[in-house]
Amino acid sequence: MNRRHTDREYEGELESLRERVLLMGAHVEEVLALAMRAYVDRNVLLARGTIELDSTIDQLELEIDEAAIQILARRQPVASDLRFITTTLKLVTDLERMGDLGVNICERVAELGADRSESPQDPIPRIADVAQGMVHDALDAFVAGDAVKANQVIDRDKAVDAYYAQLYPELLPRMMSNPNVVFESTRLLSIGKSLERLADHATNIAEMVVYMVKGQDVRHSGQASHQ
Amino acid sequence: MSSASSQSKISRPHQRKGSSSDDKSRWDEVSVSTVVPKMRTTDLHAYFGQVEVLKGISLQIAEKQVTAVIGPSGCGKSTFVRCLNRMHEVIPGARATGQVLLDKQDIYQGDVDAVRVRRRVGMVFQKPNPFPTMSIRDNVLAGLRLNGERPEDPDAVVEKMLQRVALWDEVKDILGRAGTGLSGGQQQRLCIARSLALEPEVLLMDEPCSALDPIATARVEELIHELRKSYTIVIVTHNMQQAARVANFTAFFYLGKLIEHDRTDVIFTRPKEQRTEDYITGRFG
Repeated sequence: MNRRHTDREYEGELESLRERVLLMGAHVEEVLALAMRAYVDRNVLLARGTIELDSTIDQLELEIDEAAIQILARRQPVASDLRFITTTLKLVTDLERMGDLGVNICERVAELGADRSESPQDPIPRIADVAQGMVHDALDAFVAGDAVKANQVIDRDKAVDAYYAQLYPELLPRMMSNPNVVFESTRLLSIGKSLERLADHATNIAEMVVYMVKGQDVRHSGQASHQ
Repeated sequence: MSSASSQSKISRPHQRKGSSSDDKSRWDEVSVSTVVPKMRTTDLHAYFGQVEVLKGISLQIAEKQVTAVIGPSGCGKSTFVRCLNRMHEVIPGARATGQVLLDKQDIYQGDVDAVRVRRRVGMVFQKPNPFPTMSIRDNVLAGLRLNGERPEDPDAVVEKMLQRVALWDEVKDILGRAGTGLSGGQQQRLCIARSLALEPEVLLMDEPCSALDPIATARVEELIHELRKSYTIVIVTHNMQQAARVANFTAFFYLGKLIEHDRTDVIFTRPKEQRTEDYITGRFG
């Protein structure tokens, strides 16, 4: 994709589509950042305000789908253009779901309210750090067409899975010893689950970027190698 | 050769047997290097006078498959297919060097009869060219008669060939009318029937649909899907979507050289060469 199309209008259509995907990605990152700030600060007002932002993401999904379908119908893209369009069509579905997960986190923050229990260490921020980093780098890899960076994102999913796996064993003794923290802990588990799913979607995007750049489908590669 | 009875009637262009899921051959995980070649060129050079238009083409043409040759104007794709049945040399000043094998025989060896080669490797041209003074029936038989053959049952040959190109139902009641009175698409199928009457093994098609409307094009493409069960087909086309639709393999030519030759699905989704990528995505020139 390093050279420009002879048909400048077509080039412009692809560029416009790419810019809208980036805009959608930026909104998703913003929602996630605000959701986590609302969580850390226990800021219910910020959480409720952040939920409102999701409609922009949903609208962009519709616009991007429509633009991609128009290009498929009118330009019959092939090779790298085809891979870009098909990647875009799949990627926006993941982005939209990521926005929804940000909303889910905000809803849990709103349920938690301003109070928090005294706990030795909050496990949520460390999961959020890795998951948000994956989202950022997956989008960076898409922009730059960087398969190496995309593969690094894929590799980091295991860390999030491991953190999430530790979450329940960490919270369970607290819940058993103090029934007053059960309500809060179940919300933390839910937020942890949202972050784990977020990392999965970032992984999906990274896998699509590898396909877009190299034409190589790396999804389910673990399962495929066992067949 | 397939029998006339095995040929499908073409009622609607989109009902393509060739694109159905039971047609495994098109999407098999075969590679260019593993196919059985019906023809093979090695270091093929072609010239018009001093001008070299093909610069060492080595390419295998897979048996009973469709190979599309694509590339910008002047890349040598038409010259290439004309070298495959020794049509290139009929142009004054034109010559070719290198090897062109049909099965295991080099068709450029001194003792090979060019007329015999052209019977085994038939050709269909860009513009439908039925003989204007002949009826539909006589057009089908024209190739045979020009070769001095008189079939025992000419009517059976006419029906069989017109069935084979799915034209029989449309013309069976007007066989005595002039071939030029048919529509462009029907004329092109008539010309294909004329080529098939000589029982070729390979069929070369040079832009066979460029003068046809989309419906007539779809009928010819459907015919190509059918014919490849019995014939090896090489199609030159400027229409890359057509190559994507009909060809099992695609070869990209540029400035007289073969740049890339691979399965069509590979060429159109993940070509290996940057020049192929640039050409098929419209980043050329």
